[in-house]
Amino acid sequence: MSQPRPYRREQVVGQPAYLHPDYKSTVKRSPSQPLVIIPHSLSEVTGPVYGHSRLGPLDADLTRQHAGEPLGERIIVSGRVLDENGRPVPHTLLEIWQCNAAGRYIHVKDQHPAPLDPNFTGAGRVLTDENGEYKFITIKPGAYPWKNHHNAWRPAHIHFSLFGPSFITRLVTQMYFPGDPLFPFDPIFNSVTDPRAAARMISRFDMETTVPEWALGYKFDIVLRGRDASVFED
Amino acid sequence: MSDTTPPQDTPYVQTPSQTVGPFFHYALPYEAGPCLVGEATQGERITIEGRVTDGDGLPVTDALIEIWQANSAGRYHHPEDGQDKPLDETFGGFGRAPTDEQGVFRFHTIKPGAVPGLHNEMQAPHINICILARGVLKRMATRLYFAEEAEANRVDPVLNLVPEERRKTLIAERIGDTPVYRLDICLQGENETVFFDI
Repeated sequence: MSQPRPYRREQVVGQPAYLHPDYKSTVKRSPSQPLVIIPHSLSEVTGPVYGHSRLGPLDADLTRQHAGEPLGERIIVSGRVLDENGRPVPHTLLEIWQCNAAGRYIHVKDQHPAPLDPNFTGAGRVLTDENGEYKFITIKPGAYPWKNHHNAWRPAHIHFSLFGPSFITRLVTQMYFPGDPLFPFDPIFNSVTDPRAAARMISRFDMETTVPEWALGYKFDIVLRGRDASVFED
Repeated sequence: MSDTTPPQDTPYVQTPSQTVGPFFHYALPYEAGPCLVGEATQGERITIEGRVTDGDGLPVTDALIEIWQANSAGRYHHPEDGQDKPLDETFGGFGRAPTDEQGVFRFHTIKPGAVPGLHNEMQAPHINICILARGVLKRMATRLYFAEEAEANRVDPVLNLVPEERRKTLIAERIGDTPVYRLDICLQGENETVFFDI
């Protein structure tokens, strides 16, 4: 049997370290021992595969999951999922979740005294198409306070979870909005210390996908780990 | 080795990882997530469970644990696994479970068969584990091995990359007749779990 085709090792520049003391929860939750580097066997180059049958028709439209429309600024978030060789990642699952326009999650543990919206849950799922493209319709999330430090506020963000084709390519990230004044103060955003890398978490406003009289468009491309291009197949 | 220089030949670099945060529970867990088996699934039914703790030994009550494993014949349900072994259409091999108020996660699955490593080596039966949590900025990867597979574990190519005194953090003991395998995950500290750079 041919050997599994290995992936490029993770690019440390551009990723957060596990320990980022300004983000206080990392202090007791980050490993103190170095990670053990392991080769890419079948266990790593395989991963869960999803089918269309498991998604509902309204999973990608967070504004139509209830009887009425949610409050807030309606937006269209779309983009491509690519690998590090620039190839599209087709048919892969994206899961997103976010707070409502007032900055409140429906989650029971969110105690921020901002209103819940009975017409907004804030969770969605979609598969990329054969070109790696995806699209969600949602509302723009609000900023919200948290208890990391005095007067701590999270910039508006949408959580993204992706699988890609293997156990290696699993990625959970957050999409931010351009020009947010809270960026300099947010230790989670700034856990990515390389400014060019941090910029890759910021979506861009896009007039092309903005729909007249209806909703603003934001583009957010996501890059997952890719194969080591210097290793050829058997 | 991890590469500390950005690739020069491509503008495509992995998007930075961010924490899953504390508020994923209404979005990511799903009812069937902790149960990987159906009635017709081939293989020995097992439960795997453990408690996730932080550097102070306190339970991590807002972690999300994902597992990925081969079927009982030792084949992954994935197009890149071209081994000449039976596929079990009732077994996808992926599970997802949040930790509870005690920091405990639990999966109902089957014991996986052995899968090959590189260069015709065999790997001991194992389950791949991904850990996400508030305060965890990048997915953490580890594995669960089975204590009764002592001989296979002794020659497992991945376990052999781990300092001998830390291997025990990856090996689950079998408890009881309805087999429960216990593997606690310690994010930091004296009994820190071995995490992998994949």
